[in-house]
Amino acid sequence: MAEFRLPANSIVGKGKTHYAAENAKNTRTFQVYRWDPDSGENPRMDSYEIDLDNCGPMVLDALIKIKNEIDPSLTFRRSCREGICGSCAMNIGGTNTLACTKAIADIPGEMKIYPLPHMPVVKDLVPDLTHFYAQYASIKPWMQTQTPAPTRERLQSKEDRAKLDGLYECILCACCSTSCPSYWWNSDRYLGPAILLQAYRWIVDSRDEYSGERLDALEDPFRLYRCHTIMNCTKTCPKSLNPAKAIAEIKKKMVERR
Amino acid sequence: MSLRTPLSRARGLGSAKEGTHHWWMQRVTAVALIPLSLWFVITLMTVVGEEHAKVVAWIAHPFNAVLLIAFLFATFYHASLGLQVVIEDYLHEEATKIGLLLFMKFAMVLLGAFAILAVLRIAIGGAHV
Repeated sequence: MAEFRLPANSIVGKGKTHYAAENAKNTRTFQVYRWDPDSGENPRMDSYEIDLDNCGPMVLDALIKIKNEIDPSLTFRRSCREGICGSCAMNIGGTNTLACTKAIADIPGEMKIYPLPHMPVVKDLVPDLTHFYAQYASIKPWMQTQTPAPTRERLQSKEDRAKLDGLYECILCACCSTSCPSYWWNSDRYLGPAILLQAYRWIVDSRDEYSGERLDALEDPFRLYRCHTIMNCTKTCPKSLNPAKAIAEIKKKMVERR
Repeated sequence: MSLRTPLSRARGLGSAKEGTHHWWMQRVTAVALIPLSLWFVITLMTVVGEEHAKVVAWIAHPFNAVLLIAFLFATFYHASLGLQVVIEDYLHEEATKIGLLLFMKFAMVLLGAFAILAVLRIAIGGAHV
């Protein structure tokens, strides 16, 4: 069965509370998931009271402030701080998004921060994305042709190039795939929205000559057809892309070639 | 502990090269069930509360009998496809999964056969029970 309850060693306890300085007027409490594999303890939620007058506007600014000034043991991934590397994907206020492009002011209610859901946790907010990346490699995300490579650029009409809009912008942050219940229960075989959007990006590329083989590799009750159009992927995408539509287009191509 | 590479795990046993027929038939039966369900509910309301003989005559009318059979066939076909997906989604123990899939498919075929036979008996079998 799919597991709906947390195993005993995953039940999240209450952790420490770090208060802001007494003269801070504009504070907000950040509750952050903490788990250290070396401690042998269960995960816990630590609370950090942050002086917002002395902090950048984004959730990532607050996390960096915590790490720099309050608790250097807090572990998370971040790099570009402008929504193009996908490193700081995490579950903020109940939604998967990028900490660097999510404004603190845009999170109503309690500010709870967890790692991406239903992935193995390496430490604190760092999920293990090994399988996700292997699934990406499995769809052969590169140009495949039979025609020998030209001595210049491969040409593409403006209309054909436009077909890649809404696809090429994907930064593989894994927000969509880890928001998908189908991916939670069956990620061992289901490719998930991010990888299927990437697969479609190569299927519709006019310069690629292996569309048929790519569709062959996807035609599977689990790899493709575990998508039940739940739409969490499209709702959560921090780049406002539409993975559900890309998957629907793949399904249409499957019928078209029958 | 497994020493398989991540790519080996992701590629697994490869693509089953099927699934499109299942997906397409689920859509086809769903589309067919829109008018059939509407017809069933609306016309059924016209015989609600009528006496037994009149309802039997309504079922025995060739037009109603054919649409009833189509409705029942599409319903059980669609249910069988949908339940298959639910079982595959949530059951991960292979033996339990296959056992339940077999039970479900047999049950759907039998229930569908019973329902359609009931209509046929009234329509052409002359049953006036």
